[in-house]
Amino acid sequence: MRPDLEIISDLIAPESRVLDLGCGSGALLFHLQAHKSVNGYGLEIDREQILECVAKGVNVIEQDLDEGLSHFSDDSFDFVVMTETLQAVKRPDQVIAEMLRIGREAIVTFPNFGHLACRLQIALKGRMPVTGHLPNQWYDTPNIHMCTFRDFEQFCREKGIPIRERFVVNNVYNNNWLINRLPNLFGITAYYRIGRA
Amino acid sequence: MEAKDEAGFPQDSVGLVVPQRAGWDATFALKSGAQLPGYELVYETYGELNHAKSNAVLVCHALSGNHHAAGYHAGDSRPGWWETAIGPGKTIDTNRFFVVSPNNIGGCHGSTGPNSINPQTGKAWGTEFPQVTVEDWVASQAALADRLGIERFAAVIGGSLGGMQALYWAIEYPDRIAHAVAIASAPWLSAQNIAFNEIARHAIQTDPDFAGGSFLEAGKTPERGLMLARMLGHVTYLSGFGLGQRFGREVRRGDLSGRGPLEFEVESYLHYQGRNFAGKFDANSYVNITRVLDLFDLGAKHGGDLVRAFKDATCHFLVLAFSSDWRFSPERSKEIVDALVAARKGVVSAVIETEHGHDAFLLREPEAYHRLFRTYMDRVALDFA
Repeated sequence: MRPDLEIISDLIAPESRVLDLGCGSGALLFHLQAHKSVNGYGLEIDREQILECVAKGVNVIEQDLDEGLSHFSDDSFDFVVMTETLQAVKRPDQVIAEMLRIGREAIVTFPNFGHLACRLQIALKGRMPVTGHLPNQWYDTPNIHMCTFRDFEQFCREKGIPIRERFVVNNVYNNNWLINRLPNLFGITAYYRIGRA
Repeated sequence: MEAKDEAGFPQDSVGLVVPQRAGWDATFALKSGAQLPGYELVYETYGELNHAKSNAVLVCHALSGNHHAAGYHAGDSRPGWWETAIGPGKTIDTNRFFVVSPNNIGGCHGSTGPNSINPQTGKAWGTEFPQVTVEDWVASQAALADRLGIERFAAVIGGSLGGMQALYWAIEYPDRIAHAVAIASAPWLSAQNIAFNEIARHAIQTDPDFAGGSFLEAGKTPERGLMLARMLGHVTYLSGFGLGQRFGREVRRGDLSGRGPLEFEVESYLHYQGRNFAGKFDANSYVNITRVLDLFDLGAKHGGDLVRAFKDATCHFLVLAFSSDWRFSPERSKEIVDALVAARKGVVSAVIETEHGHDAFLLREPEAYHRLFRTYMDRVALDFA
């Protein structure tokens, strides 16, 4: 089991209804179906990934996330999950609002732009950061809305979105006292479980 | 060159097939309230039914299809209508599945329909043949399954009107179907769909040779009407872009000077399709079956609510649409998928990029279509393997 999926799985209640936005090969949903008896669906646009979902017996619907989620009615799901994609969508605020309309809760993960490595590259080199967890150059990165954990939490406060759980890890999906003490400086990825205002 | 077997058929074909018949003497109460005094179904099967009788797949045909879905009839050079999908090693792999392909009642290729003899009058039914529905078809297919000892289909599969039958199977016989595959289908017909059907019917019914539906007795065939209906239908089954790619503005004969007859390639193609169809299809069947389409409404019993309609379904669904299909557009498949998700049913769905329009479901390409369909069928096979 991939450790990142294990972390998300721990945030999801058994037998819930789950929508995974950009579900990839369906690994998370496959795990959730097998271990948590969820009723899960994935949205995916990549044809090869869709085939992998089908081979796994995962419910997958071909859809471009930029088309929006308006065809899902309110309260369709218990959890709407989006891993490592929030920073790549055109309007993260609107996506979060939609996730919390069609789902009771949302789980989002994203890379931390406030990590020490990023800060040092900007501060010392005066260059946009290129790190292990953010390998792209500024001109070809899909990540058009980078933020820090602090930015995201500020956003949630302003929108009145309660953060129910947060789990911060390093590049090998561990956390330690340093990360727990200074997550916005040492954390690579955060897993947030957020609810409705 | 395709690889041929010793009998001269392509190796990935089921080869020579002989249609079979099954008859029912009991009165069949149709949804319309009319009674059919017994009926016959002509059908074909491909592959072998396994010992547990768990590998059966029902293939439902669309408007102009019939029981001859795959392989070759003796003396024929052209195979069945879904040869691209059915055969050994193909998407619907006859090495694994036992495929059952009936001709629906109301059709004109052997099952009881307007061109068969009404036992009460001793004459062809003609327009007296009662209006049938998808519900009636599915009930008669279930009776055929009983006759073949098939309690539960591993999958019920169809494109277009065939997909509608698969969807109806899912809600009418939830215990008798493990997977429903609906390709280029819709939950009900739009006003535009009905309009096209009515133009086709009008063309047939106003052909003097239709003779009020008694053309068989009159010894005539309403060829002009059938031809026009088919030409119109054919244009709607293809995309504008696809037609352009294939025919462009190529002129087959004559020239643009206005002297002599002028025929564009696309006209020639439509004439050929129309003439070919007019010689093979019963006009009363066409009128009846286009009405089957018009009358289909998956949510009808539930005030149009598809989510409630799917409530009792237990099977898993594959819903495929084609990007350039404007007869049953991807949006119509989306309606089905959204309802399935809301009803908490298992579903896989995709929109296949193609320029071939509605008829793409019959083709060997695009590769993405058959890859996904085949991967799904692999899952279907896992259920009984």
